[in-house]
Amino acid sequence: MSRAESDGMIEAEHGRGPRSGSGSGLAAGDAPPETIVAIPLRHPWRILIAIVLVLGLAVFVLDAAQRPDYGWPEVGKYIFDRRISQAAWVTLSLTIYSMIGAIVIGLVLAIMRLSPNPVLKNIAWLYIWIFRGTPVYVQLVFWGLVSLIYPVFTLGIPFMDPWVTIPNGIFTNLFITAVIGLGLNEAAYMSEIVRAGLLSVDRGQEEAATALALSWGQTMRFVVVPQAMKIIIPPTGNEVISMLKTTSLVAAIPLSIDLYGVSRGISAVTFTPVPLLIVASLWYLLFTSVLMVGQHFIEKRFSRGTGRADLGRRSPTSDTAQAAGPAAAPGAVLPGEPGAPLGNDFGGKG
Amino acid sequence: MTGVPMVLAEKVSKNFGTNKVLRGISLEVARGQVLCIVGPSGSGKSTFLRCINHLERVDGGRLSIDGELVGYRQKGGKLYELKLSEAAFQRREIGMVFQRFNLFPHLTAMENITLAPIRVKGLSKAKATARAKELLERVGLGDKGDAYPAHLSGGQQQRVAIARALAMDPKLMLFDEPTSALDPELVGEVLEVMKELARSGMTMVVVTHEMGFAREVADTLVFMDEGVVVEAGPPREVLSNPRHQRTQEFLSKVL
Repeated sequence: MSRAESDGMIEAEHGRGPRSGSGSGLAAGDAPPETIVAIPLRHPWRILIAIVLVLGLAVFVLDAAQRPDYGWPEVGKYIFDRRISQAAWVTLSLTIYSMIGAIVIGLVLAIMRLSPNPVLKNIAWLYIWIFRGTPVYVQLVFWGLVSLIYPVFTLGIPFMDPWVTIPNGIFTNLFITAVIGLGLNEAAYMSEIVRAGLLSVDRGQEEAATALALSWGQTMRFVVVPQAMKIIIPPTGNEVISMLKTTSLVAAIPLSIDLYGVSRGISAVTFTPVPLLIVASLWYLLFTSVLMVGQHFIEKRFSRGTGRADLGRRSPTSDTAQAAGPAAAPGAVLPGEPGAPLGNDFGGKG
Repeated sequence: MTGVPMVLAEKVSKNFGTNKVLRGISLEVARGQVLCIVGPSGSGKSTFLRCINHLERVDGGRLSIDGELVGYRQKGGKLYELKLSEAAFQRREIGMVFQRFNLFPHLTAMENITLAPIRVKGLSKAKATARAKELLERVGLGDKGDAYPAHLSGGQQQRVAIARALAMDPKLMLFDEPTSALDPELVGEVLEVMKELARSGMTMVVVTHEMGFAREVADTLVFMDEGVVVEAGPPREVLSNPRHQRTQEFLSKVL
């Protein structure tokens, strides 16, 4: 809204600015139309509120810097601790592996739900119903118990002596268990995102591909999915960021080698919980910031051919801003990043 | 020239639920002929066109292309629905041009044209590209190969769409109101390409509102209304001496 205000309402005021000498209102034949020289709309309340907030923040920061409970020396001591950086690596690995699994399974589920085959459709629906309908924390506890429920895998005719018995090596490895637990839960959310993306592609695209004798699979691969990507990418970026933080729930399995788990472990010994929470938070923030930058570039890549990428660059207010000189309202600058225009935010899970 | 017509429709019918869209269409298009279909909107023209390459399933009657039944196989007096892959195989030789172009926006004009030849026919990229260059020249867009559809005008997009359909070397081209979505000043360039195509001997079925084009190019003009063929014949005759009242009413509004 702020942009519309500052663009639309140009308060004309003559007698100021460099062109004040030339007479206005004279539609002289071939002279170029006079540039509007206007005082941009002022926003005193914004400035006032910003000042109050900055002052408040400054007070908080100064206070926090002196409070011993924050343990800033401890923060400095542990921020680059080897145990912490290794744990950060575990958190990153958990995120990457479980997201790869979730995206692949999510894509398959989305295609299953859109397929004309009622069997596939219902399987996908059931999967999403269960995995989206129960908390991820509860699911992780459950996956942690699977090795107790199924100590061995057997192959054979039910209720007869099994032919083959394999010890359950998958769910006794807690890292793999965590990846499975996180990935399967996330797949349900990813499938909804992918489905929304696939549905956003105009039906005419599929028809044109079909008319060119492309098979259904080729149509999906070369025509529909590439176009769905620009709808799928922004919310997927959100999901990656969300997953990075959700990995802290693997304590439920219980796996304690991730960033949060190790921070808690150290603070349990040193009795300094706050500094270690700050350390963990700084690492999480570092990763999410890097992911946000990556997301921006991937979004740009997939908006190819839509003309969307150019739109964000151009400032519609640049002309007026130049004419008004340095006094241009601060609110009238670039509209900023397109952000996640259609991002389905499925936040608040678990 | 064989005696088998390129398109042979015998009492073709199609329902959407209880809505009877086609109620017994019978017509024939010989090899190398151009058939134009006109009629009010909702008359079933586009549906019939889409039945020809099996984008819609025919519910009744018989529809065959070059002697081959569309969408079904007849075996021992029974009809079997074709598999998706078999239906796709039938479509390889039928090109279609849509009202709203339906170019793939994430691909350049060149990639739009080469996609199907590479993926369906298994042509090498070099071969497909060379052929696509020829086709772009033919539709007058030799320099636009690297342009994305969004950077082309409507008329240019539709000409790329025609080149894309031609890249599969079709024996039959279907046009579904190819100029209806265009600004008036862009209609001519698309019709020019279509005229050239007709002169080159391509068999074409064209759903259109361009009576001038129909008069000039069509061998047969069909007037459809409410899912039936009301009148068919040489275009000059149908346009200047319509025999049926419904044809007269329609033509008095559009001419």
